[in-house]
Amino acid sequence: MTETDFHKLLMQRFAEFTPHVAECGMRIVALDRDGADAELPYRDDWLGDIERGVIHTGIVTTLVDSACGAAVLAAIGHIEAIATIDLRMDYLRASRRGLSLQCRAECHRLTDQVAFARAQVWQDDPAVPVATAVGAFMRSPAKRSQFKSAAEGKA
Amino acid sequence: MSNSLLDARRAAREQQDYEPLVRLVPYARFLGVQVSMADGQPRSRLPYKPSLIGNRALPALHGGVTAAFMENAALLHLLLQLDQDRIPKSIDFSIDYLLSGRAEDCHAACEVSRAGSRIANVMIRCWQSDPARPIALARAHFLLSAPE
Repeated sequence: MTETDFHKLLMQRFAEFTPHVAECGMRIVALDRDGADAELPYRDDWLGDIERGVIHTGIVTTLVDSACGAAVLAAIGHIEAIATIDLRMDYLRASRRGLSLQCRAECHRLTDQVAFARAQVWQDDPAVPVATAVGAFMRSPAKRSQFKSAAEGKA
Repeated sequence: MSNSLLDARRAAREQQDYEPLVRLVPYARFLGVQVSMADGQPRSRLPYKPSLIGNRALPALHGGVTAAFMENAALLHLLLQLDQDRIPKSIDFSIDYLLSGRAEDCHAACEVSRAGSRIANVMIRCWQSDPARPIALARAHFLLSAPE
């Protein structure tokens, strides 16, 4: 499969092959070699502080980990298993009730074994980020990827 | 002061009923977090369910779930151990993944390295069947609320 086909598959079927992403209703809205844009529609389930009307930072981390994973796979350009080595989140401001979360993730360095990614999260204004993040990912070409059978046309 | 937080803490401390505390945090309830006491310290448990999986082929838990569970464990730990009036605000969070999370329950224990008047530094350890083999280690900073 070509790189473009792979990007299309990744974008369309990311949620389908990642049960927790599907559970949260997370979507990859754009994806290419340069990065991935992910969206998480608002749900009251995301609240961490009802009194203040603030979204739990844990779900922001889940969005970032997913989007970075998608960006790393997009940079690799073919099917491979990847695992998060570490992730660092900075919560710049509170995420407010009622608004979806948007994430832009980019893989800024890809080596044979390790990929480095960074991400930014915002709600209604990209210029007003609620979180920034950096992470490292391990590549495991030999391991099973959840996208493998789909790419081979078995799913 | 939030009465619901006060009531939840009282239920936890006096009746070892941690349900009201978890109910105060909708996202913790969404994940299915449970709290208990072990060796005099709060301990969080995340019962396994298929919707927590990130890689269906391995299978492995979603890394975001492990991170969110651990950060939430630190938050609940602070609510139980300190007399905070409000839910502490997260400043930052850093996680190191050591092993792939299997399709099993997770447990988390926390240690407050320092709680000053404004900032708390919390170390979090997460394991599955074997407490001696952590699947992830994390560190979180929280902004504390000043006493009224």
